[in-house]
Amino acid sequence: MSIASKYKALSKYARTNIKTYGLVIIAFAIMFPLQSTGTINNSISGQLVPICTYIVLAISLNLTVGILGELSLGHAGFMSVGAFSGVIAAAAFRDSVASDPLRLLIVIIIGGIFAGIAGLLIGIPVLRLRGDYLAIVTLAFGEIIKNIINCLYVGIDSKGLHFSMKDTASLGMTNGKIVLNGPQGAVGITKIATFTAGFILILITLFIVLNMIYSKTGRAITAIRDNRIAAESVGISVTKYKLTAFITSAALAGMAGALYAMNFSTVAPKKFDFNTSILILVFVVLGGMGNIMGSIIATTVLYMLPELLREFADYRMLIYAIVLILVMLATNSTKAKLITESVKFKIKGVFVRKNKDDSDKGEVTDNG
Amino acid sequence: MDKMVPYPSGAIVPERDVEKTPILETHHLGIDFGGLTAVDEFSITVGRTEISGLIGPNGAGKTTVFNLLTNVYQPTRGTIMLDGKPTAGKTTAQVNRMGIARTFQNIRLFSNMSVLDNVKVGLHNSVKEGFFASVTHSLGYGKAEKKANERALRLLDFFSMADMANADAGSLPYGAQRRLEIVRALATNPGIILLDEPAAGMNPSETAELMENIRRIRDTFNIAVMLIEHDMSLVMNICEGICVLDHGKIIAKGTPDEIKSNPAVIEAYLGKKKEADGNAQG
Ligand SMILES: Nc1ncnc2c1ncn2[C@@H]1O[C@H](COP(=O)(O)OP(=O)(O)OP(=O)(O)O)[C@@H](O)[C@H]1O
Ligand SMILES: [Mg+2]
Repeated sequence: MSIASKYKALSKYARTNIKTYGLVIIAFAIMFPLQSTGTINNSISGQLVPICTYIVLAISLNLTVGILGELSLGHAGFMSVGAFSGVIAAAAFRDSVASDPLRLLIVIIIGGIFAGIAGLLIGIPVLRLRGDYLAIVTLAFGEIIKNIINCLYVGIDSKGLHFSMKDTASLGMTNGKIVLNGPQGAVGITKIATFTAGFILILITLFIVLNMIYSKTGRAITAIRDNRIAAESVGISVTKYKLTAFITSAALAGMAGALYAMNFSTVAPKKFDFNTSILILVFVVLGGMGNIMGSIIATTVLYMLPELLREFADYRMLIYAIVLILVMLATNSTKAKLITESVKFKIKGVFVRKNKDDSDKGEVTDNG
Repeated sequence: MDKMVPYPSGAIVPERDVEKTPILETHHLGIDFGGLTAVDEFSITVGRTEISGLIGPNGAGKTTVFNLLTNVYQPTRGTIMLDGKPTAGKTTAQVNRMGIARTFQNIRLFSNMSVLDNVKVGLHNSVKEGFFASVTHSLGYGKAEKKANERALRLLDFFSMADMANADAGSLPYGAQRRLEIVRALATNPGIILLDEPAAGMNPSETAELMENIRRIRDTFNIAVMLIEHDMSLVMNICEGICVLDHGKIIAKGTPDEIKSNPAVIEAYLGKKKEADGNAQG
């Protein structure tokens, strides 16, 4: 059997996996030597870790929006929880864990755990309700988290961590180090994030999300999205599986946030605002609901675009808003659907006609 | 067919089911929607392997009864006993696990999933695969999936649908979609299956096949079947006990022969028919 025919014989699931992992691995294999030898310019190589984090964010949001079918407008909030809990963890483990990669791993795990807990706290009351409450609550959550961290002061000295909601003076440290400085956010971060770490985090995210889609858990989640009443009627506990998807999504966003923070020397809380949440949502919508590879491609392209068109950066959000509206119209209106369907049908028709020119009379219409 | 005999509670069930706990019992069940009493004083007993019918004119409250039995609606009054246990306060998913499965009047499939996956969703609670097995595709994932695939295919094969296993559920012809809904419900391993107008939109040969399948379900799985149907020949042919509903109230219960000659039933149906004729002329 040739490789091509072997590939065709694989299940749809195996083919999706090969394509998605393949894309990520090939992209890394190309970019890694370019970056480490300094062949690409600084402005692009500085974007590699952020792109990796946004890819993880888009994949994880796709789990909530595309696979579970619930709208979340506060994904940046989970990113923020992960980023700042990660920053605090990095400060706390600074002396006890000498190895940078190991410390990064701990930081990412802690960021994931805290964001997962935030997801749990939001999900338990909200996901029991029917309707689009999640959109409203996650929107509020993003803003609340931003404002809380805006007035959060954290410092570390020989006695350990100190927290305050007032100012740095009230931390009560003599010669400690400030970790979180209110509106300024995290300061004095040691940059330990690497492109390789970003690549590995994408692989882990893919592993979790793709495995989940093709499993009992994933089937239950998709069933709830497709028809909640039918899913309940076959004994699926809706709240449990909505929570499972939502918490996984939040935890992955937290891990991405922690990696993101470890790539800069300072990170301000206002970085994780509503615009960032919408940005991630745009990546998901443009990449296609439930389409993981689409999320990866859309994120990469859209994230690089403003970088390449620097002078238009002011209009970035405006362009995104317009594109989002257009795409929503295109994917949600029945008229647009009919148009795409008929175009597809026509394209197909051309090829079918070419292949079997005398089979017209044998055509069977099955409307009975 | 076994003789119909009175149950201790007074209900008429097949002889073979007497002295076993009824699979389903309702007592004075009722529900109001605002001012409208959709179902009232609904008391029935269904034997463990009985095929029963719930009939009545449009809007009589038949689907509402199914929604009450599966806890989609919480009853305003009355109790439901499933396999001898009360279902009050349980969720729809929980009562399914207690042994009641159903199909829907307007088909509700997971239309973006394959036929096989639809059945595997039905097998959800019998597949031993935890969250970590799902996420890592190890820890028993392979074994669980293999078993689920085999069971799903066997169930599909029972209804001659195994060759459609990989098709999208939404792309199936209408009759096959209705059949798939039954397979999915059966996959939950119920003690009683509720079918809401299973023959709707079917041609005579499909209806005949459906009748045969309903009997095979009862005989093979040894479970009770309760169906709502407007096709009287189907109902009179396969149901052992029939319950007639009109304006939310039971107006007759009995064997097909008793129902056919019951004046109240004739009145309810002919009355409706006269009205409809009148409307058509006016
Ligand atoms: N959720 C609801 N809210 C308000 N009224 C309802 C609701 N569900 C059903 N009803 C009303 O209850 C009555 C019975 O409806 P139901 O669907 O049970 O009838 P049916 O016997 O199944 O009819 P058909 O043969 O047309 O399917 C109708 O008057 C309907 O409008
Ligand atoms: Mg009905």
